[in-house]
Amino acid sequence: MKKLGKQTVKFDNPPQIISSASVVGNKESQGPLGKYFDQVIGDAYNKQQTWEKAQMKMTEDVVNNALDKVNLAKEDIDFLLAGDLLNQIVASNFAARKFPVPFLGLFGACSTMIEAMAVGSILIDGGVAKRVVSFTSSHYQATERQYRTPNEYGDKYPPYKQWTVTGAGATILSNETGGVAITMATLGKVVDLGVKDPKDMGSAMAPAAADTILNHLEDSDHSPSDYDLIITGDLGQVGKNLTIELLAEQGCDVTKNFDDCGVMIYNSKQKSGAGGSGCGCSAVVAASYLLPQIMYGNFNRVLLLGTGALLNPMTFLQGETIPCIAHAVVLERTGHLTEGIGRPAIQDSLATKIETTKIEDLS
Amino acid sequence: MDLYLMSFLVGGLICGLSQLFLDYTNYTPAHLLVIMVVVGAILTGLGIYDYLIDIAGAGVTVPVMNFGYILTKGVLTETQKGGFLGLFAGVLEAGSIGVSASIIIGFLMAAIFRPKE
Amino acid sequence: MGTIDKTPQEYQKLIKKHQLTDSKLTNFFSAYLIGGLICLLGQVIINVLISSGIPKDNASSYATIALIFIGGLLTGLGVYDEIAQFAGAGTIVPVTGFANAIVAPAIESRQEGYILGLGANIYSIAGPVLTYGMLSAFLIGLFKLLL
Repeated sequence: MKKLGKQTVKFDNPPQIISSASVVGNKESQGPLGKYFDQVIGDAYNKQQTWEKAQMKMTEDVVNNALDKVNLAKEDIDFLLAGDLLNQIVASNFAARKFPVPFLGLFGACSTMIEAMAVGSILIDGGVAKRVVSFTSSHYQATERQYRTPNEYGDKYPPYKQWTVTGAGATILSNETGGVAITMATLGKVVDLGVKDPKDMGSAMAPAAADTILNHLEDSDHSPSDYDLIITGDLGQVGKNLTIELLAEQGCDVTKNFDDCGVMIYNSKQKSGAGGSGCGCSAVVAASYLLPQIMYGNFNRVLLLGTGALLNPMTFLQGETIPCIAHAVVLERTGHLTEGIGRPAIQDSLATKIETTKIEDLS
Repeated sequence: MDLYLMSFLVGGLICGLSQLFLDYTNYTPAHLLVIMVVVGAILTGLGIYDYLIDIAGAGVTVPVMNFGYILTKGVLTETQKGGFLGLFAGVLEAGSIGVSASIIIGFLMAAIFRPKE
Repeated sequence: MGTIDKTPQEYQKLIKKHQLTDSKLTNFFSAYLIGGLICLLGQVIINVLISSGIPKDNASSYATIALIFIGGLLTGLGVYDEIAQFAGAGTIVPVTGFANAIVAPAIESRQEGYILGLGANIYSIAGPVLTYGMLSAFLIGLFKLLL
């Protein structure tokens, strides 16, 4: 692999995604992308005692699901890469303890999925891994309780606040033939433009997203039109518009092919404020919607970004601003099909016709 | 009885003004509650609160400002009786009803219920 | 191309342009309506108790306990936070909101145990109200004593 510019890695033998899976909650399954997700948990407790254990179970299930789809055993994996929003990323740690395999815990807040895919790709293209599982998760009640206030507390949400997705996503990267290839990764730097409001994550993260997009395009010598879609993890409606404008000011026009997983995952009737957020947002949308679309040729080349806000409840109380980060990977169609990507029903409908999905505009 | 009307109008107004406070500043509900309690304490110290209760009844005894009133009234009563020690004895004297009710009911509810989705 | 060169102040102006807002007037009236109704309920309870022979001060205390019970129950049933999404300050300011602030962390922390979970967290949100209430009562009493 080569380093391009200051932040981008180009893979000589691009790692390929052979399997992906998602587990979501009820709200996500009732959204516009509901039919794409592999598994829906019955209620937010997921038949467990606590919210946190529910998230751990979801994480375990999604990794097992991704492995089962391509008949791999736990021992067939070389490395696990994961993180989440819980303190000390315990959902990921506790899922990883079921594996007799090295584990690297990552924290990129809501950008963790893309961070995990980027680092996994480096391990594979670097020749030290044949197969890597990148996974992440988030859970609405567990996150709300840790970062904000207890769930039953009567606090009125402003309309620009986002709803943390209850979802877990996993992708298996490999040096064998797969459905989607990761050809480049741009690792983000921390950007802080002085936003203090922890209810307004979108505004805090937009500068980081814009910064990574600009640096990626410069490092790779591409322009926005080289991509069928540039999609961010969870900027929400507010963050999405801010990013488009910040990029426009720098002469970069993304208005024709820019979208956001947080905006796509809920419709306007679901009372989700500015849209979805959380590690699970980019993970489930990428694993179950984007990857099948790319594999079947609706998109040929996609720039997928994960955006994260690197704060904790204490920094806000101490008067700090919110530093954010955005990582990116370039996903390209390989022309091969793999059993592991997408639900069977979705694979059928994508294979037999050109499927267009109508995503309801949140505005 | 026009106490019904006044309690609705005054109580509602206090809540409405509080909402404006939350909307126009960056303060959290916790800040709001602390400010209300302190305001209640000050109005009691100025001798105005009893008069407010006469005109508006539950309109001023239901909002959390009332807590400031009860705590301060307790202190003022006890200091009149017992001087300096009254400062410490009086704080929870009258306020103990609200505090103990909250803890006991809080515990009861927590033992019975789980948070819902 | 390369970097976003904006100062925090310039960026704040940009945020205000795009930020979703709701009508402050609607918020005011929602808070007014629910808050007023809760106070009215308190008054009804007081009047009913007085007309059945209970002295005025006691009636007021009973009404407080009743409202704390109602607030706590609605929190336990998972309904209070739904009402709060509409009413905002109308559910935070009345004493039912105080009960909600006590019960909400309590029911959630119970899963960490009765003593270190529930017991320790029962005042995590309502604590400041007690601390500063007591402090201001003390200071006002001190002030009046010294005058």
